Amino acid sequence: MKYGYFPGCSLKGTGRAYEESLLPVMQHLGIEMRELDDWSCCGATAYMAVDEGKACALAARNLAIAEQEGHAQLMAPCSACYLVLNKTQHYMAEYGAMKRLVDKALGSVNLRVTRPTPVRHPLDVLLNDVGLEAVKQKVTHPLKGLKVAPYYGCQIVRPYSTFDDQADPQTMDRLLESLGATVVDWPLKTKCCGGSLTGTLPKAGLRLAYILLKEARKRGADVIATVCPLCQFNLDGYHDKIAARWEPVRIPTVYFSQLMGLAFGLPAGRLGLQRGFVPMKPLAAVTAA
Amino acid sequence: MFEIQRTIKYEADRVPGFGREVMGVPGCEKLKDCIQCGTCSGVCPLSIYMDYTPRQVMALTREDFKREVLGSHTIWLCASCYACAVECPREIRITDIMYELKQRAIHEGVYPRRFPIPVLAQEFTKMVHDHGRVSEGLLVTKLFLKTNPLAALGMAKLGMGLMKTGRFSVKQENIKRRAELAKIVETVDQENLKGKA
Repeated sequence: MKYGYFPGCSLKGTGRAYEESLLPVMQHLGIEMRELDDWSCCGATAYMAVDEGKACALAARNLAIAEQEGHAQLMAPCSACYLVLNKTQHYMAEYGAMKRLVDKALGSVNLRVTRPTPVRHPLDVLLNDVGLEAVKQKVTHPLKGLKVAPYYGCQIVRPYSTFDDQADPQTMDRLLESLGATVVDWPLKTKCCGGSLTGTLPKAGLRLAYILLKEARKRGADVIATVCPLCQFNLDGYHDKIAARWEPVRIPTVYFSQLMGLAFGLPAGRLGLQRGFVPMKPLAAVTAA
Repeated sequence: MFEIQRTIKYEADRVPGFGREVMGVPGCEKLKDCIQCGTCSGVCPLSIYMDYTPRQVMALTREDFKREVLGSHTIWLCASCYACAVECPREIRITDIMYELKQRAIHEGVYPRRFPIPVLAQEFTKMVHDHGRVSEGLLVTKLFLKTNPLAALGMAKLGMGLMKTGRFSVKQENIKRRAELAKIVETVDQENLKGKA
């Protein structure tokens, strides 16, 4: 199985542990990911707020590169990238004026989008292309006894996702179970993490992160598993600010791909686990308890 | 002494045609179907901090209260979680309407002063234009220096932690074909001008 790979800016920056763990895990499963040449920023939530036409045209540049490189499918692990690339395709399919604008803009630099290249999230690929049976076969160190709160956040399930439920998604739950982990049932799976408001308006943004951390702890989770670099950042980076405002709610937040790597027996040092602010306890300590 | 403030909106406060204009934008058409049920405000994780709830913004927009919605904090508090858009019984794309209002507020320069969120959106966009990629550390540093240098001090510890874990860099990432981006943006500008002519 081969996919074009759109990493996005965060996976090269604050979210590099996501890339560091996802690439070896996918390789271990026999999946080839080829990074798009000279990809540009998806625009995230910020660009759409300034100019939608330009936001779509610049996002579509990446779709055109994917097509030019002959990728049948594109993998976008970051929730914002996943949303924006899908949204651009939806807008081009639904609105003739947007398609004409984007075609014209891309045409000015000899790029073209002639077909929709499916933009897929790694969870979708793992569940529907690879399959849980194949994942299970690779598990050498089952995450037995590890209680994980699966946190999906907003933008991979809403509004364009076709691979999971928008209010009560299940794909990560099932993936974590296949790794041997115990999935903690909690109601905040898709509640907002605060997005960029944790930085721009902490009074409101940090409270959202605090509520998530508090609930995960209350439900007895050892760790929160996330699929998005911004969610990981918000849940991991602000513990002392949250403690100063409300109460300490320390609990590690890791990428699902890091947990996969551990279960596959890949060396922990190669999974970016040292990059978290709140370190995850070594697996042996959990499984022995 | 408390200051008396008028909260009721009068006919004279409207900017006739504004609502129709917004509803003419792709993604915003269904605003006309809003039944004011309040589901959007109920599911919104940020509505408790807003000056107008999402339901009120829908009503005010449709009824031409342009100044009120474009100057509101609400549109900037929307974190784009799409909970409202998914739950709306009339399938109104509320999040996309918020985006349309944000664009208009920036275009007309009427967003709340010294409010960091619209400043972030513009700095982000500028960095994408100039370099093709966003270097998060640099972007956030610029934002704080522009809006609230004192708050930057409060973030110093976070910055140090990020540096220690190898997640913070002020090095600007660049793509190779930056001229291509400039040309794409220029072409969109030209097309928009043609559309207006």
